[in-house]
Amino acid sequence: MQLKNIFKFNGGVHPDENKIASTRLPIAKLAIPKKLVLPLRQHVGHVAKVKVKPGDQVFKGQIIAEADGNISAAIHAPTSGRILKISEEILPHPSGLPDFCITLEADFKDTWIEKKPIPWKKIEKTQLIETLSQSGIVGLGGAVFPTHMKLKTNQKQTIHTLVINAAECEPFITCDDMLMRERADEIIRGSLIAQTILGAEKCVIGIEDNKIEAYEALKKAAQKTTVEITVVPTLYPSGDAKRLIYLLMGIEVPKEKRSVDLGIQVFNVATVAAIYRYLEFGEPSISRIVTITGAVKTPQNYEVLFGTPLSELIKAAGGSSNKQKKFIMGGPMMGFDLPSIDVPVTKAMNCVIESSPELFPTPKPVMPCIRCARCADACPVNLQPQELYWFSKSSQLEKAREYNLFDCIECGCCTYVCPSNIPLVQFYRYAKSEIIAQDKSKEAANTARERNEFRLARLEREKKERAERHAQKALGAQDKQAEDDKKSTIAAAMERVKQNQQENIKN
Amino acid sequence: MITALLVMIFLAILLGLVLGYSAIKFKVDGDPMVARIDAILPQTQCGQCGYPGCKPYATAIAKGEADINQCPPGGDAGAKALAELMGMEFKPVNEKHGVQKPKSVALIDESTCIGCTLCIQACPVDAILGAAKQMHTIIASECTGCELCLPPCPVDCITMEPVLENSESWKWKYPIYNIQKAQKA
Amino acid sequence: MIQHYFLIIISTVLVNNIVLVKILGLCPFMGVSKKLETSISMSAATAFVLTIGSMTSWAINHYLLEPNDLVYLRTLSFIVVIAGVVQFTEMLMEKNFPLLYQLLGIFLPLITTNCAVLGIPLLNAQSSHTLLESALFGFGGGIGFSVVLILFASLRERLEGAEIPGPFKGTAIALVTASIMSLAFMGFAGLDR
Repeated sequence: MQLKNIFKFNGGVHPDENKIASTRLPIAKLAIPKKLVLPLRQHVGHVAKVKVKPGDQVFKGQIIAEADGNISAAIHAPTSGRILKISEEILPHPSGLPDFCITLEADFKDTWIEKKPIPWKKIEKTQLIETLSQSGIVGLGGAVFPTHMKLKTNQKQTIHTLVINAAECEPFITCDDMLMRERADEIIRGSLIAQTILGAEKCVIGIEDNKIEAYEALKKAAQKTTVEITVVPTLYPSGDAKRLIYLLMGIEVPKEKRSVDLGIQVFNVATVAAIYRYLEFGEPSISRIVTITGAVKTPQNYEVLFGTPLSELIKAAGGSSNKQKKFIMGGPMMGFDLPSIDVPVTKAMNCVIESSPELFPTPKPVMPCIRCARCADACPVNLQPQELYWFSKSSQLEKAREYNLFDCIECGCCTYVCPSNIPLVQFYRYAKSEIIAQDKSKEAANTARERNEFRLARLEREKKERAERHAQKALGAQDKQAEDDKKSTIAAAMERVKQNQQENIKN
Repeated sequence: MITALLVMIFLAILLGLVLGYSAIKFKVDGDPMVARIDAILPQTQCGQCGYPGCKPYATAIAKGEADINQCPPGGDAGAKALAELMGMEFKPVNEKHGVQKPKSVALIDESTCIGCTLCIQACPVDAILGAAKQMHTIIASECTGCELCLPPCPVDCITMEPVLENSESWKWKYPIYNIQKAQKA
Repeated sequence: MIQHYFLIIISTVLVNNIVLVKILGLCPFMGVSKKLETSISMSAATAFVLTIGSMTSWAINHYLLEPNDLVYLRTLSFIVVIAGVVQFTEMLMEKNFPLLYQLLGIFLPLITTNCAVLGIPLLNAQSSHTLLESALFGFGGGIGFSVVLILFASLRERLEGAEIPGPFKGTAIALVTASIMSLAFMGFAGLDR
């Protein structure tokens, strides 16, 4: 394992890894639960369109909700069974608010719908992407962006390098690590497929140097292929797509641009494995590997069907060992406290950590900012967190935006190093969502103004038209009067002529 | 004394001529201020300010006829923004014109609606769909919550429903942490 | 000779700064320093009016008042003339530079009532400057005003986010800041004369 030329980014931190506990045991398959709750919003973009109704019998892998538009992903039945209801359930989301979900009752037969492997080498690219949009595959690293959109490239964008993100830099999380150890083959094949679809010249896997076994497995699998494996030093947040690109290639993705604009596309290892399984075996995205760790009795990685209640996973891991029962979804740096354990496992759920006072002691008291700028040194995207904090705290939102608040990746490095224990990222999240809400209401006000102006113009036009009609009618009436007058004069003249003639005759 | 008067009169006439001439020469039509004030107003077109819409109110403010604190939907934040733009001192919204309510949209009870079209005529943003003797409905995404459709309804079938937070419109809250006693060293 | 003119500018900008040392023109200094953006526009407008105002008042003083022995009319006639000049500039600007006019908004007419704008021509007349000297004096005063106003506005924007004790909020803390700035500017005394 040698370190090649890598380009170090600024800042970053190295928190305790805590990864060993959950890598002792191999990936286990979690049993099918009685009931599965499938949220319609498991991805970035439009909510999926429901295709079933309560009472319907579905097979494993059948589409139960269809992608709505381009930026959306389908949802499949993770096992066979009957649709119970479509209702609002609590989601694993920091808000703890309910959203629409399909509830499926498993029949434990686990009968697959007819699997259709896709001859991806033979069919045309546009058609292939169309098929992939039915796969339900989204970015499994946590961003949950529909994958088929990332494989779609237009004429302007040519991808020269495909980066496979195997860094997995957050503490505690080991789902990608275990996947690489056990299914390196699938990952390499999936990477090659993605490379071919994208037409990329190169495919590089970036892996942190704390995953030796995974590295060896990948190397073995990639032996006779063109896939390169580059080891990067263990430093949080090297798993951020743009940081990883910098580490591997020394290319900084500029503000307001995406890596695609520079010809680089990034996929997570789990995502390419899912692509492989879909194209080669016709298996859509119905499960994922989830790390359950922290204070549970037996930390381990499980392959879990989407929609499985989290409580089942916790039970499988030996149940929680303390009374508090607080669970974190995601890593300790970027994750959030789950509102309850009765939430389903979703496509975004890579890790669940049971919190305990030993692992996560209550935070020390918050002290005033002393402008030591340690956060600025730690910031991997070269922002000035102390300024952003100043403006976010006092709700000077425009100022915060000027200081590039929206380039913040919320990695939490600043919070980690802050000697005053200020929850900096929470302030940025607040400021960001406040700005987004303000922009939205401004937009709504603009449409309202347009609609009002249009209505006023319409009323004006209608008034004018009515006035015109009246005028015309009045004119018509006048004309008729005039005509009548004319007629009567003519008649009178005729009368006179007649009289004259009669008089003439008499004479 | 006479020279002093003459000098001042001369100055006055000179300046008067120059200014009078340039007032004609450099005349500008329209008031850009109205558009800028209008941009701050929330565009609910509710008329609570006493003017028949946001634009007329903006015009009145620009002319100095109306005060900046007559817009309840805009709230104190709106009044603050107006004060900043106009270079005036901030005043909280005048309660005579109403109080700020959480954003809501109108909802027609479709079983009671008799299809009289009165609300359609009242809606300032054409957000009500329907025809005579047909059931009406509100296009919720376009409704500004102005409540102008409530009074004309002869059967009182319209209610205002506050817009609840859902997982899409959910916002991160301002961080609140408890102040703890520092440990003695 | 150049040295002399240079000294006039240095002296008006730093040593005898109209706002912080002469304590003139405090109303725009306190009133228009809440936002950096508007304070920049305001200082540009003031610098412009100060230069033009000094020159026109010099002309009035030199050609109209002094020959006729009417020096006691200075204050009165300067006010009238400056008001006229400001009005004229406003109209000119509205027509030809609508963008700049919009940016300055109501600040232009406000300048008319600015004591710095009247003070500078009066000081000019007292020290019987030449036309060039008056123009430089006015210009330097304008630059001095701008420097201080922009500095102060930037400070106040920062103060907006600071945790200030209740009784000090708003104008109180602004005045405290201004006085500290004034103390700092006293350090320039002794640079010249």
